[in-house]
Amino acid sequence: MSKVYIALQDNDESRYIAEAIEEDNDGCSVIHQPAMIRIEREGKLVINRESVEEKMGRDWDVQELHINLVTIGGNVDESDDYFALEWNQ
Amino acid sequence: MAAKKLSLKDKYRLLTRDLSWEPTYRDKKEIFPLEDFEGIKITDWDKWEDPFRLTMDAYWKYQAEKEKKLYAIFDAFAQNNGHLNISDARYLNAIKVFLTGISPLEYSAAQGFMQTGRQFSGQGARIACQMQAIDELRHAQTQIHAMSHFNKYFDGFNEFMHQHQRVWYLSVPKSFFDDARTAGPFEFMVAISFSFEYVLTNLLFVPFMSGAAYNGDMATVTFGFSAQSDEARHMTLGIEVIKFLLEQHEDNVPIVQQWIDKWFWRGVRLLGIVGWMMDYLLPKKVMSWKEAWEVYYEEAGGALFKDLARYGIRPPKHVEVAELEKEHISHQVAFTLYQYTHAAALHVTAPTEEEMDWLSEKYPNTFDKYYRPRWEYLREQEAKGERFYNGGLPLLCQTCQIPMVFTDMNNPTQINYRDTHYNGERFHFCSDGCKDVFEHEPEKYVHAWLPAHQIFMGNCGGADLPSVVENYYNIRMGIDNMDYHGSPDEARWKEWKGLRSVEDKLKEAV
Repeated sequence: MSKVYIALQDNDESRYIAEAIEEDNDGCSVIHQPAMIRIEREGKLVINRESVEEKMGRDWDVQELHINLVTIGGNVDESDDYFALEWNQ
Repeated sequence: MAAKKLSLKDKYRLLTRDLSWEPTYRDKKEIFPLEDFEGIKITDWDKWEDPFRLTMDAYWKYQAEKEKKLYAIFDAFAQNNGHLNISDARYLNAIKVFLTGISPLEYSAAQGFMQTGRQFSGQGARIACQMQAIDELRHAQTQIHAMSHFNKYFDGFNEFMHQHQRVWYLSVPKSFFDDARTAGPFEFMVAISFSFEYVLTNLLFVPFMSGAAYNGDMATVTFGFSAQSDEARHMTLGIEVIKFLLEQHEDNVPIVQQWIDKWFWRGVRLLGIVGWMMDYLLPKKVMSWKEAWEVYYEEAGGALFKDLARYGIRPPKHVEVAELEKEHISHQVAFTLYQYTHAAALHVTAPTEEEMDWLSEKYPNTFDKYYRPRWEYLREQEAKGERFYNGGLPLLCQTCQIPMVFTDMNNPTQINYRDTHYNGERFHFCSDGCKDVFEHEPEKYVHAWLPAHQIFMGNCGGADLPSVVENYYNIRMGIDNMDYHGSPDEARWKEWKGLRSVEDKLKEAV
């Protein structure tokens, strides 16, 4: 299985998103690089709206992710409640 | 009662798919005349997926927020004399490469997506192209805006668009996009959205922008990441285009494979200059070209092509050559620019001892064996006052337009020459990859405008290099080009940073 990944600009909002990802995705690795946070995991990675809202303490629209996104690898699946990256092989 | 909020899916359907209509008094083929000629078969445009389901209203909202953040930082950067906080003025040569070589491509991409989006009868694809065209225009504008601050204090920034159209090494990126934009609409999408954006763009933006951050250039890292936040959407468009074409009809598979082969190789050649920027132009280095290639091509691209294997798509042709090149390419490009700094729109330096040690560590298989001895020789020549400049004009590859400087990767002391005959003329190539591209569409590439050849034909302002450089390229000799050491940029930087040597001060006192 290949790794999917997401990189976010290293800022106050991304910190909460990264925390939510870390809690919801067992075994993912979080790598801090200059000015960005890269998170990768074998096969699949999910960002749940509810978990991010819990961390941020406010409503969060999944599409707000666009503001802090740097790059992604994997097929995207997005709904009102989650954003997922996955390889199909 | 408040109206119920639409779900993402419903909103996308109403604001994208629902905006289109079937023509009644004109034939669809007349409206979209370019949709068929490449041989691509589309049976159902409704199968087009945009997994982000971004609609124009949400697009404007999030883009506006990105712009507000970006311009707040540009203001802060200018108000706080941000140009004084970079690692070294030498760093700006990487930014000059970016402004003259890359930013004009953003503008070219904007034009390309406008032209291409117009040609699709599927509304999902049209909306995606529309958003990307606006993104690319934003990237060109914000990049030019960010770098305009440096233009107030340093040389080499003021003629970037003029130079992009004319200077020899800048014809490499220019001709890459010209090639894509003169292809059909589906090839353009495979070229730019898939091969460039999905497979290769991370190699340009991610490590390079991290490098800008590391070198204290707040303006560049900010526009870089702001642009990159759009790239994630562009990459997704790229992979969706590929999946859509492959799922529509099995006859599309060989056509798409040929485009992937072609544009992967074109992209690999284009990115040689990025390798040079990362390994040689950043005073404080983040990661080597080789490391970036391993993370962003071998790992990410490897996963991608495994995913596409179920459609009968294989990894790009000549990928094994590209993998060998990761050990050599940045050094070979660096030597070329060093020899031709008198004809370049930036300053160069030979690497310092410390930098050579870093290169040895990052390139244990090749640097000490092949490249360190050459740099040591060139540095000795410099010290003796006999700095080497190449006075000749190089033969260029007919496809990628790079001088024929790349070696056989299994024998790095032998230049790799390839040639082919077409219509009684002989054409030259740097690699089998570039030769393949030519042989597939020779009628297109015989028209290539090759800068060195044009100089010999008398079309570029004069018969000698100084006239071409000054009159045709608008590069001011000794101001915008030549070595960084001894340049006006270096002198100003030292003055501002209080770095003048005791020797300099004594000279001035006399």
